[in-house]
Amino acid sequence: MSVTTPSAAAPAKAASENHDERLRQVSRLKRLLSRPELGSISGAILVFLFFAIVAGDSGMFAADGVLNWTTVSAQLGIIGIGACMLMIGGEFDLSIGSMIGFAGMMIAIPAVYWDWPVWLALMFAFSGALAIGFTNGFIVVKTGLPSFIVSLAFLFILRGLTIALSILFTNRTIVGGVHDRAEGDWLAAAFGGEIGGWLFAWLANIGLIGTYPNGDPLVSGIPMVIVWWMLLAIVCSWVLMRTKYGNWIFATGGDAKAAKNVGVPTDRVKISLFMFTAFCATVLAACQVLEFGSAAADRGLLKEFEAIIAAVIGGALLTGGYGSVVGACFGALIFGVVQMGINFAGFNSDWFRVFLGAMLLVAVLFNNYIRKRVTEAH
Amino acid sequence: MAEFILELQNVSRYFGSVIALKDINMQVKMGEVHCLLGDNGAGKSTLIKTLSGVHQPSEGVYLYEARPVRLNSPRDALDHGIATVYQDLALVPLMSVTRNFFMGREITKGWGPFKRFDLDNANRIAQQGLADIGIHVRDPEQAIGTMSGGERQCLAIARAIHFGAKVLILDEPTAALGVKQCANVLKVVAKARARGLAVILITHNVHHAYPIADRFTLLNRGRSLGTYLKSDVTREEVLGMMAGGAELEELEAELSEFSRADQNKVANA
Repeated sequence: MSVTTPSAAAPAKAASENHDERLRQVSRLKRLLSRPELGSISGAILVFLFFAIVAGDSGMFAADGVLNWTTVSAQLGIIGIGACMLMIGGEFDLSIGSMIGFAGMMIAIPAVYWDWPVWLALMFAFSGALAIGFTNGFIVVKTGLPSFIVSLAFLFILRGLTIALSILFTNRTIVGGVHDRAEGDWLAAAFGGEIGGWLFAWLANIGLIGTYPNGDPLVSGIPMVIVWWMLLAIVCSWVLMRTKYGNWIFATGGDAKAAKNVGVPTDRVKISLFMFTAFCATVLAACQVLEFGSAAADRGLLKEFEAIIAAVIGGALLTGGYGSVVGACFGALIFGVVQMGINFAGFNSDWFRVFLGAMLLVAVLFNNYIRKRVTEAH
Repeated sequence: MAEFILELQNVSRYFGSVIALKDINMQVKMGEVHCLLGDNGAGKSTLIKTLSGVHQPSEGVYLYEARPVRLNSPRDALDHGIATVYQDLALVPLMSVTRNFFMGREITKGWGPFKRFDLDNANRIAQQGLADIGIHVRDPEQAIGTMSGGERQCLAIARAIHFGAKVLILDEPTAALGVKQCANVLKVVAKARARGLAVILITHNVHHAYPIADRFTLLNRGRSLGTYLKSDVTREEVLGMMAGGAELEELEAELSEFSRADQNKVANA
C-alpha cells in the first residue's frame, strides 16, 4: 500500500487540478443541446422536410395551405403557451379544454340571449375566466393538493356547467347568431377579424399568391387567432426570460421551498399562472366564437392534453422549472403541420393520433436526457 | 461600536416540557469564526434557529450590536444583517448561477411595463461576487446542477455576503462534502472572516472546525460547556469535551483491535 499510494495520488491530484477546467469547458454544441426548445425546433424542421417531399405539390405550401395549418397551430399554440408557463411554474391545468367551452358560452349567451353588447360579453367572459383560474390556483396553493386532481375536478365541473347552463338559459348546446351581434363591435374585431388585407390584395395583384376566379386573393388577411398567438409568444417569452417575474416562475417550479426561503412569493406566482392559463383559453374561445359566429358546449374537448403535449414537445419538464415558450410554439406548429399535412398528403387521418403519441414519447425521452445533462454534476 | 456584534445572555428555549436549550451564553465578534460544536441532539439546531429568528428565546437576552433585540422571523434577522445558509442552501439546480444568485432579489432596469431583470449586470455581479471569495465561474449562465456540492455551498455563502450579511450562520457547511471540497468551503469561510464578517459555523466535525475557528462554543444536551479561544484548548481536548471522552477512548480501543486483526490477516496470507 505504502508504495502504490503516492503514484495513485499523483494522477488524482493532476486530475483534480484540471477538474474545474474540464467541468466548465462547455462547447457551443453542448450548450445548444441543453436548450429546451432544441427538440421541438429540430422536430419541426423534420416534419417540414417530410411533408415537403410527400405533399410538396398538393398546395400545402401555397398561401392558403400555409394559412390553413398556421391557423390550426395558432389555436393550439395559444393554449400551449398558457400550459407551458404553468408547467414551468410547476403545476398542471387539465381544465383548459373545458375552460374553452365555458368561456365560449360566457361570450355567446349574454351577447345573443341577454342582448349585451359583444364587448361587454367579452369582458364578462374574461373576468369570469380569471376568477375561475384564481379559484383553481387558490385551491391548489392553499390545500397543497396536486394540481392534477384539482384541475381534473374543474375539467368536469366546467364541462358540466357549460352544458347545464346553456340548456338552462337557451335550451340548446350550440348558441349561434353571434356574427350579427358582433357587427361593428370594437372589441369583437380584436378576436374575429383579420389584418393585413391590403397586403394580400397587393400580393395577389403582383401574382405572388393565387386568386379566386372573381379576382379576390385566396388569402384575404391574417386571422386574429394567429396575431394573438404571435403576440402572446413574444410577450410571454420576454416575461419568462427577461423579467423578475420570469425568474420567479422558474424558481417556483424548480424548487418552491428554496424559492420561498429567499423571498419569492410562490403562492402568488402559481395563482397568477393559473389565471393566465384561463386567460389563454378565453382568448382562444373568443377567437373561435367570433370567427364561427357560434359557441358550442363541446368545444375544446381534449384540448388540455394537446396543450400539455405541445408544451412537453417544446421541452417543458413535467416536474417544472424548465421549459420554453418558443419551444411550446414549435410544438404547436408540429401539431398543426402534421394534422393538416396528413390531409394534404392524402394519408388516412387516423394516423395522426399514432404520430402524436409517438411524438410525445420521443419528446419526453429526449427531455429526460436533457434534464440529466443540465442538472447532474459530472 | 460594541466589542461583540451578537451576544446571548442566559438564553433558554423550551418546547413544552422539553428543555432544548438552557442558559446559553455566547459572544460573537466581527472578523471571527465562531464554531458551534456538538454531537447530534446537543441543541445546535435549536440554537441556530434562535440566532436566525426562527425561534425566540423563552428566557434570556439576545443582544445585537449591544442592544437587546427580538427577532420575530428569519426576514427580521436578515434585515439586521444576520444571514443563515441552511443545509438545503435554497438553490434551484435547474437555474443558472446568476438566476440563483439573484433569486427573489432581482436587480431591474427599465421603466414601467418595460422593467426587466438586468441580466448583463447580474451576470457580472454574480461572477464578481464569487470571484471575491475565490470561486471562478467562467459562465455565470450555466445551470448550478452542474456544479459540485462545495461550489454550491460557496455560491450560497457568496450570495449571503453580497446581500449585506454582517453575521453569517453556516449550518453544517462541510457535511456530505469530499476532502477537497471541504477545504474550498473552509477557504471561503476564511475569506468571509477576512472581510470582517462574523461567521458562526455549526458542525460536529472537529477536524473541519479546528483549523478555521477562532473560538469554540461546545454544546452538550442543551447546555453550553463553555466558550474557548483556540489558543486555550487543543483539538483533542475539544473532541473529548464534545463527545464525552470515555466513549471516544472506547472507540479508539475498538479501532486498534480492528487494525490488529487486519495485520494478523495480512501476516497469515
